[in-house]
Amino acid sequence: MSQYMLLVYQEAVEPAEQAEREKVTPTLLELHASLREAGLLVGVQRLRSVESATSVRARDGQTEITDGPFAVTKEVLAGYYILDCADLDEALKQAARLPMTGWGTVEVRPVVSADEWVELVRQAGVDVPDEAVKDLA
Amino acid sequence: MSGGAEPADPVSAAVARAFREERAIVLATLIRQAGDFQLAEDAVQDAFEAAVTVWRRDGVPANPGAWITTAARRRAIDRLRRNRSVADRAERLAELTRLETQHEEPSMDDESTIVDDRLRLVFTCCHPALEMPARVALTLRALGGLTTGEIARAFLVAEPTMGKRIVRAKRKIAEAGIPYRVPADEELPDRLRGVLRVVYLIFNEGYAATEGDRLVREELCDEALRLGELLCRLMPDDAEVWGLSALMLLHDARRAARVDPGGHYVALDAQDRSLWDQGRIGEGLAKLERAVRLRRPGEYQLQAAITTLQIQAPNTEATDWAQIAELYGALGRLNPSPVVELNRAVAVGLASGPAAGLELLESLLGDPALERYQPLHAAHAELLSRAGDTAGAARAYERAIALTANAVERAELERRLGALG
Repeated sequence: MSQYMLLVYQEAVEPAEQAEREKVTPTLLELHASLREAGLLVGVQRLRSVESATSVRARDGQTEITDGPFAVTKEVLAGYYILDCADLDEALKQAARLPMTGWGTVEVRPVVSADEWVELVRQAGVDVPDEAVKDLA
Repeated sequence: MSGGAEPADPVSAAVARAFREERAIVLATLIRQAGDFQLAEDAVQDAFEAAVTVWRRDGVPANPGAWITTAARRRAIDRLRRNRSVADRAERLAELTRLETQHEEPSMDDESTIVDDRLRLVFTCCHPALEMPARVALTLRALGGLTTGEIARAFLVAEPTMGKRIVRAKRKIAEAGIPYRVPADEELPDRLRGVLRVVYLIFNEGYAATEGDRLVREELCDEALRLGELLCRLMPDDAEVWGLSALMLLHDARRAARVDPGGHYVALDAQDRSLWDQGRIGEGLAKLERAVRLRRPGEYQLQAAITTLQIQAPNTEATDWAQIAELYGALGRLNPSPVVELNRAVAVGLASGPAAGLELLESLLGDPALERYQPLHAAHAELLSRAGDTAGAARAYERAIALTANAVERAELERRLGALG
């Protein structure tokens, strides 16, 4: 048994189109439930908008913090951590401890909580029953 | 709202005054209490809009700041009830409601709470996870009294563009979880340097640029000076805070003399010294002294010391260039940069003769990154000319002229080239 990480790439869109996308939620709920039943699902989380991203790297022993996602095409996603942090400063501090910041970049993205995900879906006018919430994330 | 003439009618004048004097303080406290930058800002905006109507009807209150605080808090409660996306909404509502039923006003809080709130706001606006233009805009809007339109004009961008930049920055603060607090001790020195950089950038944007609406640019200088003053009050134990404030005052004292009636830049040694603001120079010197007494040298103090030597000498010849060269050397050790090295070479050239200056320029002239740096070639030409190498000086002036986009600069360089004979 190995673990695989599935990375979801998609274009950021306007709120109206995003609301349209939220309509897949019932399909997602079914999918998550079936993955969980099959014993395959370790975790699923939704990331906040790319605008909330911050990148951390270290060059010449100096930690550099920049606004925005990491966007150099030569580097590829090599792994991930999920940390519980009080705020962005804590997350940036922990990110700066990773030795990979010396040659790569660690992008810090806040994760959307399950409650918030449900809220976003409902705000988009898609009905999610309370008992299905546990299957969303 | 800032800088303009006071409106004629007393209610508008009172609202404008409250905006200038109280807005940042009310906002800083409300952001902490409501837990959301955008929501707090909207609530404060609502309160000022309400003030225009209510004060006209009921008269201007005895304590406008307290009135705005209460009104803004009520608006924040209303907005929080409607907005479900704010984190810890229930706790925030409970806290605001508790404050609402209390009869003490937060503006009567002890001084240290107000100081802490303003510091939190400073560090949030200047957070390194925000892009630099957003830090500048947010600082000017939240801490200075500038409107989005005024900031847009100062930075020569369209108002909607600036508006989007500010909205995006506030969204990032909320979504990424940028904390509303003064950084921990181990992060503080770095983060404070970042804050000073934002303030100095605001000042330079107003001071150094030669294009754009001059009045708006002067407002940027004034805002930067006010921010510098505020930081001196908030963080009086940091030497560089005083150093930056001193540096800005010493530059600003010469604001009137550095542009001629035709709007052209006037170099230091050609300035009419009677136009210098001696009061401001005195203020700057007092601040520099205070900084030096803290015995923690830094880049702003060194730059202020260099400026002091330049403006205290009656002219270029009588300036203590050896001392200035030494200060540039210290600055370069602290913060190595080719610009500092160039300035040091020029100072050494004036202190010890052109040959010594030319020797220092050697490595800079070999640096490909500086190949298109006009001031390097202009300085090279000047030193060669003084060393008697007329042909070399002419080549270097031509080089500098080819690299300049500024008409005033070009005219000056051409005059010097012509004077080589």
